[in-house]
Amino acid sequence: MRPVRFNLNPKEAEIADAISMGKAPDGVPGDGFFATQLSSVVGLARKNSLWPLPFATSCCGIEFMATMASHYDLSRFGSERVGFSPRQCDLLMVMGTIAKKMAPVLRQVYLQMAEPRWVIAVGACASSGGIFDTYSVLQGIDQVIPVDVYVPGCPPRPEAIIDGFMKIQDLVGQESIRRRNSEKYRDLLNSYGIQ
Amino acid sequence: MALTNAYIQEKLVEKFNDQVFQFSTDSGILSFESAAENNLKVLQFLYEESSLGFTFLTDLCGVNYPDNNGAELVVVYHLHNFIQNIRIRFSIGVPVAKPDVFTATKLFESANWMERETYDFFGVNFIGHPNLKRILNVDEMDYFPLRKEFPLEDQTRIDKDDEMFGRG
Repeated sequence: MRPVRFNLNPKEAEIADAISMGKAPDGVPGDGFFATQLSSVVGLARKNSLWPLPFATSCCGIEFMATMASHYDLSRFGSERVGFSPRQCDLLMVMGTIAKKMAPVLRQVYLQMAEPRWVIAVGACASSGGIFDTYSVLQGIDQVIPVDVYVPGCPPRPEAIIDGFMKIQDLVGQESIRRRNSEKYRDLLNSYGIQ
Repeated sequence: MALTNAYIQEKLVEKFNDQVFQFSTDSGILSFESAAENNLKVLQFLYEESSLGFTFLTDLCGVNYPDNNGAELVVVYHLHNFIQNIRIRFSIGVPVAKPDVFTATKLFESANWMERETYDFFGVNFIGHPNLKRILNVDEMDYFPLRKEFPLEDQTRIDKDDEMFGRG
């Protein structure tokens, strides 16, 4: 059987006594204190407690169900709590074909999420319209909302979804706490007609 | 007495003479056509004539034949007699320049959404329909996507290489 591997640079598991600990950021440790950048601490906290909001419309959503279930267990990455209210969630996971009629709904869900918010487009349809090059299907959700990570596949395997999720975690962990106030970010949102 | 296709045809010809034509049988289902302006008369006769009793509209849909001059758009009615379990297919053709058809909603409530769908995709104008507007496509759409004059593919994309799709 051909080995399928989605991680080009697989990380070695850091498991001590079956408990996986997040890596501490660079800083100065001492007796009873630890000095580091605020953005590193905030990033560490955010990346290990992402609340995903699944927006599942077709077969990629089925793969996501497997990803959430015990075998692949997305909870390992700190996203135990899948929220179904956009106001509580940090990560919008769009999985499946988005029809043009659905686009305003998706956009409204995105607008209802509080900053900071991230978006992952799972599968060919959400990323580019996929095989549905037709009058009724949105040719990629990045036509209506900004996307942080694209996961290829039709549908992608749970490993691929987890890989995309870990890419999001990397982005979240490294993000400057001032990014959402920057001119560049405002320009990005303005290019989508937001604010 | 069991209802047969031959009897249905006989009753129709007896009532409408040469106003109904193009009788044929496909997979045991009788098909025929009439002029567009006679559609309600034929449907009502099939509904009310007690020996026929086609009281259920299974489907109503459109077809586009761009080379069929004067009847480019065809509206097809599928009718069902529940008691005898007999189906028939009845179609009318209208020119694409003036696609006016009388609505069947007064006879069949179920025609309401099916006529909206046919309007949505083919632009058939159902005269007398209580709420003729798009039902499945986005409201902003400004054409009728299943007419063959319009390409099926999304026209907003510019990143697709024709050669990769066998059209180079």
